Amino acid sequence: MSPKPSKTASEQLQAIAAWPLQMFFRLLDIPLRGIQKMGGIGSMPYVFLLPNLAFFGMFVIIPLFINFGFSLTGGTNLFLQDRVYVGGEQYSFLFECENYMVSATCQEDRFWKGIFNTAIFVLFQVTFLVIFSLITAIILNRKIRARGFFRAVFFFPVLLSPVVVALIWKWILLRDGILNAFLVTLGLDKILFFVSPEWAMFWAVFVSIWAHMGFYTLILLAGLQAIPPDLYEAAEMDGTSKERVFWRITLPLLWPNMLVVIVLALIKGVQIFDEVYVLTGGGPGTATQFIVQYIYNTGFTNQVQNFGLASASSVVLGVVLFVLTMLQLAATRRRNNG
Amino acid sequence: MADATAHRRTIGTLLTARRGRGKLHWTDIFTYLYLAFGILLMFGPVVWLVLSSFKTPAGLLEFPPTLLPLGQISAEVEGYDKPLPIFRATLEDGTEMELAQVRRIGIVSQMVDPANPDQTYKVPISNRTPVREFRIASENYTEPLRKFNFGGYLWNSIIVTVVATAITLLINSMAAYGLSIYEFRGRNAIMIFVIGTLMIPITVILVPVYLVVTSLDMVNSLWAVILPGAATPTGVFLLRQYMLTLPRDLIEAARMDRASEWQIYWRVVLPLALPAIAVLAIFSIMWRWNDFLWPLIVLNRSEVYTLQLGLNAFQGELDVQWHYILAMTVVTLIPVVVVFGFLQRFITTGIASSGMK
Repeated sequence: MSPKPSKTASEQLQAIAAWPLQMFFRLLDIPLRGIQKMGGIGSMPYVFLLPNLAFFGMFVIIPLFINFGFSLTGGTNLFLQDRVYVGGEQYSFLFECENYMVSATCQEDRFWKGIFNTAIFVLFQVTFLVIFSLITAIILNRKIRARGFFRAVFFFPVLLSPVVVALIWKWILLRDGILNAFLVTLGLDKILFFVSPEWAMFWAVFVSIWAHMGFYTLILLAGLQAIPPDLYEAAEMDGTSKERVFWRITLPLLWPNMLVVIVLALIKGVQIFDEVYVLTGGGPGTATQFIVQYIYNTGFTNQVQNFGLASASSVVLGVVLFVLTMLQLAATRRRNNG
Repeated sequence: MADATAHRRTIGTLLTARRGRGKLHWTDIFTYLYLAFGILLMFGPVVWLVLSSFKTPAGLLEFPPTLLPLGQISAEVEGYDKPLPIFRATLEDGTEMELAQVRRIGIVSQMVDPANPDQTYKVPISNRTPVREFRIASENYTEPLRKFNFGGYLWNSIIVTVVATAITLLINSMAAYGLSIYEFRGRNAIMIFVIGTLMIPITVILVPVYLVVTSLDMVNSLWAVILPGAATPTGVFLLRQYMLTLPRDLIEAARMDRASEWQIYWRVVLPLALPAIAVLAIFSIMWRWNDFLWPLIVLNRSEVYTLQLGLNAFQGELDVQWHYILAMTVVTLIPVVVVFGFLQRFITTGIASSGMK
């Protein structure tokens, strides 16, 4: 018998740390072995799936159905048995408008204001997000020095929490913040960014692009790297101009990835809440109040918690997201087949 | 001489570095301008946050702001209880002196010579400038822990992150194992079901999940944050795809050795799936540490706040104490930066291959 090689300190430490984990799995083996004996191997996949599916059922599937039920009831009670059935009243309340293009003429004007705000936000945010992600991805795909470093530079905000992102920018944009100091040294006037509705919306869009661009850049970068290099070499041999290479090779071959990015950005954009809520609080007034904040305010912060109305509007949001997700599946299929 | 030419050549190649043959294209110049601007725009705000977090409240109020944290020097002067702030004052006769300010009345400041406390001066405030030195206000970091229970928020965040990630890894890997190793009736249906739940974000079912959590009597407990998001479709999908690539012979061999299915799961498959599990662990830590909307709804008492909620509550107060907020924002940011620093490759390849975050 050869002597056992002595363990290093870190190996010993790992062994000690892993011990409770080992015991946990070993103890669970006793009942699970019993189940296997009784039900046979055929029953084991169900055993393995049970915990996860139970969680899904309890916190996703059952709520999904209750949500619809909720939207058909009124009153301020949370528990379903205490709520009164009102049929489609919540929906007709939400959709009662004299003129759908002017939110102020609607019965529930905050809902429509939220929808309009979200639409404007998504339009600008997704457009510029995709454009800047594309430019960044193309630049990171070039033969540049320290590519890994630059990739990290553009990527790291993705990992920051929405609260941190919002506070970082709020600190810059305050009345006496560094951006206004910069404007003053240029001889301009200070701008109260959170008092003007247009500026507040601009910074909501800007900050959310700043925070999420790295994620989409990464997807596009992976797409760019999948384009066969010989195509570019052939184009260079033929003396094709760079502009032409971009329009004729890069963009068409990247298009399936672009579609995925656009739809993903739409799905995320429609649900915008966190960073803008902390940055502007939805203000000034309701200038940056989006649909998720409307749901949150209606159901959870207003003096009278209107769960029925919150549910009805989240069902509307769910329908929009469902359509977008179908688009995403179609886009993904095209990418994988193309 | 030779050194100088070599040196010039490196600078020359650096400045004209370009792809392929031909002249320096406008895209080359654009690339470097874009990258330089990128560094400024992406790093600048974070650097500014960190620099500002070391400033004293008085330093933060300054306009225009100084780049580095500077603090006004103060001195103990005989006959006065508190340390007095030091100014460089220009006296009426034109001499400059470093004086300590006793009090300020309107636009006139009453000053005293620290070396000679009996001698007092009256100086208009326009004729004095504060004397400052580089000083790091570390109390911004230590005081919130004592005064505002930020230690408690930090602890809650850690508990939520660790417990939720442990549960997620366990039940997701079990489900992935069941879906990838066995052939059984309803497997495809369950897979479609799992992917289907991907389409139902929490924003759509806020009210009913709140009802479920209330029925379980979990409002204002950390379990209300931990449990609803524990089963992630992303995780099941990611782990299943990985486990499908594992060799079947290993599992068959283990069965020959009379290992139970549970033993095969944790002794054979889990260790082999460690790379995928690591990716999921990183994702889960990020999700949980940064989670905001759901905790905002179910945690209403400040004892159970997570860091994110604590920060949000703090910045929403009427009298915003930015010196504390900035420091606590830095604290909230540190774990993410550390994780990213060590695991950048894991994270970026994980996202690029799964298209999820």
